[in-house]
Formats: sequence, structure tokens, C-alpha cells
Amino acid sequence: MASETDHSLGEAVAARIERRWATLSIVIVGVLVGMATYIGIHQATMPQGRVETADPKTLHLSGEFVESNLGSEMQADGSVTVRAIGQQYSFTPQCIVVPAETPITFRATSADVVHGFLIEGTNINTMLVPGYVTDLPVRFKAPGDHVMPCQEFCGIGHQGMWGKVKVIDKAAFRDMAAAKRRLTCVD
Amino acid sequence: MLINKRLIAAHFWLAFIVFGVALVLGAWQMFVRSPLNAWHFNPEFYYRSVTAHGSAMGYVFPTLIAMGFGYAITEASLEKELVGRRWAWVGFFLVAVGAVVAMIPVSLGLASVLYTFYPPMVGNPFYYIGVVMVVVGSWIWVALMVTNFVIWKRENPGKPVPLAMYANVAGSLLWGWTAVGAALEILFQILPVALGLKSTIDAGLARVFFSWTLHAIVYFWLIPTYIAYYTIFPRAIGGRLFSDAMARISFILFVVVAMPIGVHHLFADPQVGAGFKFMHSVFTGLVALPTLLTVFTICASAEIASRLRGGRGAFGWIGALPWSNPIMLATALSLVMLGFGGAGGLINMSYQLDATVHNTQWITGHFHLIFGGAIVIMYFAIAYDLWPHLTDRALDSFGLMRTQLWLWFIGMIVTTFPWHYVGILGMPRRMAYYDYANPAISPQALSVTMSAIGGFILLLSGLLFLLVLIRGQFGARGEAGAYRFAVPLHMPERIPVALNSFGLWLALMVGLTVVNYGFPIAQLMALNETSVPAVYVGAGR
Repeated sequence: MASETDHSLGEAVAARIERRWATLSIVIVGVLVGMATYIGIHQATMPQGRVETADPKTLHLSGEFVESNLGSEMQADGSVTVRAIGQQYSFTPQCIVVPAETPITFRATSADVVHGFLIEGTNINTMLVPGYVTDLPVRFKAPGDHVMPCQEFCGIGHQGMWGKVKVIDKAAFRDMAAAKRRLTCVD
Repeated sequence: MLINKRLIAAHFWLAFIVFGVALVLGAWQMFVRSPLNAWHFNPEFYYRSVTAHGSAMGYVFPTLIAMGFGYAITEASLEKELVGRRWAWVGFFLVAVGAVVAMIPVSLGLASVLYTFYPPMVGNPFYYIGVVMVVVGSWIWVALMVTNFVIWKRENPGKPVPLAMYANVAGSLLWGWTAVGAALEILFQILPVALGLKSTIDAGLARVFFSWTLHAIVYFWLIPTYIAYYTIFPRAIGGRLFSDAMARISFILFVVVAMPIGVHHLFADPQVGAGFKFMHSVFTGLVALPTLLTVFTICASAEIASRLRGGRGAFGWIGALPWSNPIMLATALSLVMLGFGGAGGLINMSYQLDATVHNTQWITGHFHLIFGGAIVIMYFAIAYDLWPHLTDRALDSFGLMRTQLWLWFIGMIVTTFPWHYVGILGMPRRMAYYDYANPAISPQALSVTMSAIGGFILLLSGLLFLLVLIRGQFGARGEAGAYRFAVPLHMPERIPVALNSFGLWLALMVGLTVVNYGFPIAQLMALNETSVPAVYVGAGR
């Protein structure tokens, strides 16, 4: 009889410890999810909000992604929009020029298969899926050069698909923008 | 009591042969893209190799382990012969033939699309047909596990289903449902294009379907490992399982929340809106719960075993554990890798942090640490534990086993830690070649070299593992006795219906999938102009 009591006592202790740990686990997960939610809302770091489409068969003929419209464009409110295309196995423009300390919107898509790009030394990282438009708000802190590899396997030339991003001084960019509507590194 | 030993041994042997081949490819890949490789080579070979490595390690190897281990669990825990032995062999041959059918076009360079398919790139149809055969073979296993479960419950009304079998059926149900996503992608999107019946494909929708499979498949790989934690480890070290009920809750949580989280692979994709990405992010957090519960239960079980052996003190009991026992060693090393890998996973789940590491070498490092490390080291432990029962011969090269396990652990750490680091530096994944002379890339060279050395350590460990198993086939004859699973500290006399059946949990699994995937899929199917021309790949095109 005594061992019977010990057994149920032990079982109660085990159940109590277990419940405590389960509660702690739920709290840990809750805090992590809460943190991500808070930062997402507070600092507005949310993924792209809506789904936009672009037909890769006619990209070069009309619309936002015709060749003459690619590159960096100064907007009336002082922000900059960068339009780019990824294709096997390069980006257009191959070298993107942007001002530092300026709100920038990347708008990009793919002309053939799935690509992606990340800009080393920053947390700018996104996918280019043919048929869809990627829209990404970014901001560069300081002038400098970055490499911009394609980060999604896109075929046997994938290893050669590296673009560049040149971040320049805000005033220098404004001077460039006064002379030309769409800018790349070669301007 | 194992009856169909040949069936089980066939699954394990084929799994480990596939693993051995894929391991050689992996080590070669680590080498050619590192600064150690000074010569030029055809980058196309690299992508062939990555396709073969990923398909073998992702689709064939763990599937065969889950199947073989599942049959062993059915016979050993239910103490009766497997129902449907012939069907089990049909499943085995479907997987085996499917693997060959898939690998022929891959090795010829006709399907270098990687195991994640990446439409609108489309390869040779036989690659996809082979993968489908592997999946169909594994679905036969799913049906057999459910059948055996149902028959046993009917014969034993009111009795709790043994934990090992309960968990095994949970894993099979999870796999049966999670494989549907990739099956839909292949059957309705890719194969019609690969066969030339259609020429366009919605790449965004395909990625959504694939994400349905892509994440929960990891939990399918994980379940044999967790079964080993709960039902082999405490018995092997002479202890008891701390809690039977908590174990069941963990497996149920996997069934329910492993599915509706796959969109976290698409955080950076333009074809899914922010709302559903947030939902999937939250559920990804929830899936950490069963792992946290498991770590507690397993450590508590180890403490029980140690105190039974005379271990004392708040931490002193750790030293009293039977460290020379390979199962003890494998489990401890597995938990360490699970800890690091799990912490990395929690980082990936928040899309702010994911933006820094998305599609970089960090991700490759992360899943190699979790799957190749924490999970596969327990596959070794399962094989070591089961082998004497399959061969009726002693498996006693314990020194060799310990060396092998340590090498696997060290190799995995040396491979994946630098991988994580270069990922933070921004090194993209899956490239055949990096220009280490470029000043922007040269700081990554040393870490990549270290990774490659880790790859060779892993290869050595893998060869040692096969050597141990081969020696086991020629060891001294001896009856291994009945195959038993760990006994819980407090044997439940009665068990709530919910912890002994799957009806409710299946409804939740399907329901949550519909909730979390229904809208994104419906939205993409309703969008008209998103089908894009297929890009056919293959040598000579």
C-alpha cells in the first residue's frame, strides 16, 4: 500500500514539473512570436503587402519594365524608385546606382525563370518570380559598393549572375538625376 | 518480435547505400566550390550533382528509413506479424525503381533542376515520374501503417496503442498529407509541361504547392529520430521514459502544426501577401513547442537512468550516464545539434531576421545541421540498435561505433558552423563557383575551406558507418531476443481517447491546411495572366 502511495505521489510530482516546463515553453514561443509581431508593426518591416503581376512575354514591349524605364528614378517627393529585371544570367541594369540615406523602392521582376537577389552587407534580400512584381522598400545608410548575387538556382549559369549596387552621396545623386531621368552606374 | 526481417533489412540497406552515394556527391560539391579546387570544371556537373544529392537525401534515404523502421515498430510493438507483407514489398520496389528512373536523366544532365524543381525550368519527364514513384511507394507504407493500427485497435479495444506505434502512425499520416502539395505540383503543373502537352506554367503557384510539402517533409524525416529518443534511448541506457502522455502530445502537435507553416519558405516571394506570411510565421513558432517538450522529457529520462545507476548531485548525474553506449552518445550529440539547429530555425521563422539569411549559405547550414546532424545521427543509432535483431548476429564493434558518431558530430559542426557564418556575410547558396579573388568575396574563402574539410570528415564517418554494418552481417551468431521499447515511468492504465486515436488531429491537420493554404492557392488560381513560358533544361538543348 505504501508503494502504491509513493507511486501516485511520484506521478503527481512528475506531472507538476512537466506542466511547469510546458508553460515555460509556451511562454518562450509566445515571447518570440510577440517580438516578431511587435517589430513588424512598429517598424513596418512586413513583407510585400499585395500581389502584382507582370507578363514576362511582353515585358520588353510595354509597361513598367521596358528597357528605357529600367534604372533609378528620382520621384517628386525625393524618394527613389529602382526598376530592374533578372534574366538568365544577368540583371538589367547590371550595376544599380542609388543615393544613401534616402527611401528607395525596388520594383523588379524576372523575364524567364525564378531568380532572386541579395545585396551583401545589407539585409536586402528578395525573390524575382516570373509573372509577379517584387516591391521592396529599402534604405542604405552610407555610400559604398556592394555585390548583388542571384541567390536562387536559375540554371547552369547561375554562378555567373552577379550584379552590383553603388551607393553614392545624396547630393551627387541629385545632380545626376537632374541630367537624366533613369540612372545606372554608367551615367 | 521481428518476423519480416528481410523486408526491414532491405529498406535499411537500400537507404544506406543511397545515403553513401549521395554523401560522396555532397563531399565532392563541398570541394569543387571551395578555394581548395584550383582547376576549372563544367559547372553543369555541379548542378547535376546537387540535384542527385538533394533528391537522394531528401526523397529516398529518409523515406526508406521511415518505412523500414515503421515495419519494425509495427511488428515489435504490436507483437504480431505485419498485415500486408506483399504490399510492403510492392512499396519497396516502387521506391527502388523510382529512384533509378529519376536518377538516370539526372546523371545524364537532362534534369538539372535541383530537388526543389524550380519551374518554369522543366527537365526530363522521367525525373518527375521517378519521384512520383518514390512517393507512391511510400504512400503504400502510409496505408499499411494505418491498416495495422486500425486492426490492432479493433482486436484490443480500450487498450492504449504502444507509444512507438502511435508515433509511427502519426509520422505516416503527416507524410501522406504533406506529400500532396508536391504531388499536385508535379501532376498538374510540371508533368504536363515536361511531356509537351502544355508550354506554360504558373511559377508562383508551383512554389506555393511545393512549400506545402517542403516544410512538413522535415518533420517526416524527424519523426523516426523522435521515436528513437522516446522509445529506444531510455531503454538502451537502462532507464524509463519520463512521460508517455507528453510524448503523445508532442507527436500530435507535429501532425497538427507541421503542415500550415510552409509559406515561411516564401517570406521573400512576391506571390503571397503579408497576411498569410504572418499566419505561417506564427505557426512556425508553435512547431518549436513539441521540440521543447521533447528535450525536457528526454533529459528527464536520462536523469532517471543515471540515478538508477547511482548518479548524484544537481549536475553530477550527467557524468554517471553510460557514455560508452553508442545510443547514449548518439542521442546526446543529436540533442546538441538539435539545440543549435533549432535556435537557427527560430531565427528563420521571423521574417525580419529571415531577410538577412534568406537563400544564403546560412539556410544550407541550418538544414544540414538539423537533418544531416540531429536527425541522421539517430538513424545511425536506430540501425545500430536494430541490426542484431535483423541479422541474428552480434554487433559489437562499439569502439568503431563511438568513433563514427564522434566523427559525424565533429564533421557536421565543422561543416555547418562556417556555413552559417558565410551566410550572414551574404554568400548565396547553390553556386558552382565563387570568385574568391573578388575583394567582396575573399573574406569568405577561409570559412568555405573549413566547411569543405568538414565534408571530408563526414564522408569518412559515413564510410565507417557502412563498415560497422557490413561487419555486423558477418559477426558471431547469437539470438538477440525480443525487440523492446522503453517503458514509461508511470505506465498509463487508461488513456484519453484523444491520445490514442487520430480522428480529431487529422481533422485539424486538414482544416488548418485549408485555412492557411486555401486562400493563397485560390487567389493564384484565379489570377489569369501568371502562367509563364516553360524553360526546358538539359544537356544539348
